[in-house]
Amino acid sequence: MPEALLATRQLRKRFGGLVATDDVSVEILPGEIHAVIGPNGAGKTTLIAQLAGDLQPDSGAILFAGQDVTGLTAADRVRRGLARSFQITNVFREFSALDNVSLAVQASAGHSFHFWRSARRDPALREPAETLLAELGLSARLGVAAGNLSHSEKRTLEIAMVLASKPRLVLLDEPLAGMAPEDSRRMVQRLAALKGKVTILLIEHDMDAVFALADRLTVLVYGRAIATGTPDVVRANEAVQRAYFGDEAE
Amino acid sequence: MTAPRIRLVVTLAVLAGLALLPPVSAALGQDFYVDLFTRIMIFAIAAVSLDLILGFGGMVSFGHAAYLGIGSYAVGILAYYHIDNGYLQFGTAIAASALIALFIGWVSLRTSGVYFIMITLAFGQMIYFLGESVNQFGGDNGLNIERHSDFAAFLSLDRPVTLYYFVFAWLALCLGLGWRLVESRFGMVIRGAKSNETRMVALGFHTFRYKLVAFVIAGAMAGVAGALLANLTLFLSPSIMHWTRSGEIMMMVILGGMGTLIGPVLGAIAYLVLENALSGFTEHWQAILGPFLVLVVIFSKTGLLGAAGAWRTKSTHA
Repeated sequence: MPEALLATRQLRKRFGGLVATDDVSVEILPGEIHAVIGPNGAGKTTLIAQLAGDLQPDSGAILFAGQDVTGLTAADRVRRGLARSFQITNVFREFSALDNVSLAVQASAGHSFHFWRSARRDPALREPAETLLAELGLSARLGVAAGNLSHSEKRTLEIAMVLASKPRLVLLDEPLAGMAPEDSRRMVQRLAALKGKVTILLIEHDMDAVFALADRLTVLVYGRAIATGTPDVVRANEAVQRAYFGDEAE
Repeated sequence: MTAPRIRLVVTLAVLAGLALLPPVSAALGQDFYVDLFTRIMIFAIAAVSLDLILGFGGMVSFGHAAYLGIGSYAVGILAYYHIDNGYLQFGTAIAASALIALFIGWVSLRTSGVYFIMITLAFGQMIYFLGESVNQFGGDNGLNIERHSDFAAFLSLDRPVTLYYFVFAWLALCLGLGWRLVESRFGMVIRGAKSNETRMVALGFHTFRYKLVAFVIAGAMAGVAGALLANLTLFLSPSIMHWTRSGEIMMMVILGGMGTLIGPVLGAIAYLVLENALSGFTEHWQAILGPFLVLVVIFSKTGLLGAAGAWRTKSTHA
């Protein structure tokens, strides 16, 4: 097995009496789409928040590309290539779609203490942003304020912004949330096209999408990782079936 | 016309108007306007500097008059010790206000929202009371400044018209620098931080550093306004640092149009011209100015400039 790009070691996070992350050790391999699934309240969002650096774990470690990043801030993790998208659409509403992605390109283009040249006329920022938006099918919407885009366009923009930082690994938090079936299908195609180009940790409720996209799955229940493996292996797992179909199956 | 084009046209028109004001007022025999508009342009510089952090960066600093005071005291204190060299005085004003902005910003920018407003207000008042308590430099009675800043043979600020154009040049410079700044990569970062700071952090920006630098630039620019004000009034008084003064500068920004560069200039003109005209009628001029400000803010969230833009759009569509 190749060395994991992202790994957690006995990660643990409590909120009062609730153990949201309970000794979770997962390994994300380079190039794979790894889905984390689980019922509501299983601790998926808490896990992603710790991976992204928005929450500090109580104990355990997070390793990225072989280095311990547990103590790093969110911004520093992004700079190392660990980027995230948000469950709730989180864009710069007043800025145009192109500005949004250009800003994301700028984030990975060294420091921004440049006070003179116009950023909006800088081909080093605009061209990669235009290319990305074209690949994701938003070419016709470059100048539209992000706040005026449709829900699914905003979600697509969100993906473009994450990719613009040229990450090695992307944490995608429910990219299909709230999408109409038609838009959802198109998004799945776009994500499938990314396979192999970038490693993805995917949190998603839509099981059809998960099984279509994921190389491997980890199932989280009450903060514990109860199973990890290929879709077939996980589907056949007894503990997973109990968790998903309830105790009446016993 | 698009919004940026309207702003460009308005900016050029305002600057042209200001450039022509001294000969016109001389021809009309109303030299008084030169003094009034020197003062207006000085406050316009302060308002533009505040707008850089308030309108573009979303930092509601309620202690901006402090930097006006620091710039002013830098000139006044040096003059008190008979150091009249203008380059030295202005250099000190800029350096001192930048340094104090660095400290205040470094502490305040760890907070946000109401806490940021309160903490900048508190720092502003601290500096105000400091000015009031140092009796060596006049305390709350103030202190006369004997001479204008001395730029040797280059120019003499003793003539009101020369001082006017000196202030005008600074205003044009600040607008030009501000324009480059907000369009630059740096500007995009502080505007992004205003729009959605969490997202900026998730993109990998260390927003604190950029906001702090913006805060320092704004402080330094307001320090220049203070140094100019000392040259206009030839008088030092802690009252220019009082928190109500910070409120006035903020009002100019909001009145003219936040998040634009020419907006605060329009705001300063409107505010001070109205204050001047109304105080000629009645000593209760604030009773008229207050409701006027409320109306502008209610009817145009983007201030006078926004109102002008809306009217322009309507008339071209008609």
